[in-house]
Amino acid sequence: MMTPAILGTRHAQALLGSLGRLKRNPLATALTLLVIGLALALPAALGLFVTNAQSATGGFSHAVDMSVYLKTDVPLAKAQQLAVSARQRPDVGQVTVIPADQGLDEFRKYSGFGAALDALKSNPLPNVLHVVPRADASSAADLESLRRYFAAWPEVDVVQLDTEWVLRFNAILAVLRRLVLIAAVLLGAGVLAVVGNTIRLEILNRRAEIEVTKLVGGSNAFVRRPFLYTGLLYGIGGAVLAWAILEVAVLVLDQPVATLAQLYGSRYALQGPTGEVLAVLFGGGTALGWLGAWISAQRHLRSIEPD
Amino acid sequence: MILFERVSKRYPNGREALTNVSFRVESGEMVFLTGRSGAGKSTVLKLVALLERPSRGTVTVNDKSTGTLKARHIPAFRRQIGVVFQDHKLLVDRPVFDNVALPLVVAGSPLKEIDKRVRAALDQVGLLGKERMLPAELSVGEQQRVGIARAVVSKPPLIIADEPTGNLDPDLALEVMRLFRRFSDVGVTVLVATHDHHIVRELAKREIVLASGEVQAQSGDESPGALPHLVPRR
Repeated sequence: MMTPAILGTRHAQALLGSLGRLKRNPLATALTLLVIGLALALPAALGLFVTNAQSATGGFSHAVDMSVYLKTDVPLAKAQQLAVSARQRPDVGQVTVIPADQGLDEFRKYSGFGAALDALKSNPLPNVLHVVPRADASSAADLESLRRYFAAWPEVDVVQLDTEWVLRFNAILAVLRRLVLIAAVLLGAGVLAVVGNTIRLEILNRRAEIEVTKLVGGSNAFVRRPFLYTGLLYGIGGAVLAWAILEVAVLVLDQPVATLAQLYGSRYALQGPTGEVLAVLFGGGTALGWLGAWISAQRHLRSIEPD
Repeated sequence: MILFERVSKRYPNGREALTNVSFRVESGEMVFLTGRSGAGKSTVLKLVALLERPSRGTVTVNDKSTGTLKARHIPAFRRQIGVVFQDHKLLVDRPVFDNVALPLVVAGSPLKEIDKRVRAALDQVGLLGKERMLPAELSVGEQQRVGIARAVVSKPPLIIADEPTGNLDPDLALEVMRLFRRFSDVGVTVLVATHDHHIVRELAKREIVLASGEVQAQSGDESPGALPHLVPRR
């Protein structure tokens, strides 16, 4: 008896009914949407901040490298040989040999100790290997194991990690990303509560209608359906609002960020929400709206029976 | 159509509303349920519509025992019964059309069918042309007839009515009762709870008299115009 066409009609009716009801109380609907929109926008904005921080510094967040100082008695030929075997490692991207003579030239040129160096009889600098790990092997643990690998060579005097601050920066980003997650969970729970409570109030307001509907043979699913659609609409509407908030924030921040980037000699432009962010926003909003309504309906509809 | 077998109903507050009630309403029959307020008339109707389940005994409606019917089958069960209330229980914020259409919408009827049947039902109660009005814009008698249209719109085999004329003046009341008789004439089973003896006499249908939650008497005389003859059961 319940053909797909009839079922589709009923869903359309429930959807239109929910839309109409939301439209009839514009102020209440707007306030609820605003709360949901803000709750969704906050973690999304934080996430956007982290993404931007990462890609703005993208040039050097992967610029982790290390200098492997060989002992002074290791000849250049041996250094080149060592470079060849270092390149065999899968986690090593690039190895450059900096001969002692070249090191001395550069030091003379940039340090301003030229005259003092001339007084030396021999070159005090060792040959150096400049090692850049592969991008996918530049975590703190990877770098540490690479450092140990080089330090274990008998020819090696000392291994210096030039860019520890990059690791710190990446660690800060990791903390922020975790914060985004916490904010998302907490505010997601907030959305559930807001939608659930709004639906609860509406169920109480429409008690008489629910009673009559059950009296003429309306099933629980039938009675529940419009409330689920209302929750769904709140979720989607909240996501749209959150999206708008993000876009406006990006618009407002665009100019100062460009100026800041320029001062650092970069042409970085602020990135708006990506398709992925929007997918999470809309997927999350829809799911939370539906779930909040479902929980509320499940809890409150059963207790309403005609008498 | 309706069979009560030694039915008792005790409410959670301890009040025993019905005690050992047995009666039968045949398919297509119109029966009045009479008695003072508090005699148990409403409880009988609630047991028929499965708003309540019996504490003891069995209530069988449409070959289904209400005591054991699973909760998920209750909606389908209720769709077989048209219910009319004294306070008509209309949705005040919906036009007449939507109110009458509700049982069809709930049952998933196609829109075209809903439109046709709602008009037919409104025509039967003499309210065709008032589809778009709100219940508050109608007179009390008209509101009651909207309630009746809603009860009959899905053509249920059984109609039950709780004091459907309680708020109506005698002429209107008689008119509403004749409406019920017309449905019974075309094969619908009708059970009407009322304390209006005048109407019961006028329509000359079978009467079940309740007193203090027990069946006091049942009449069997259906000859038109005759006073119902009360037969003591014990």
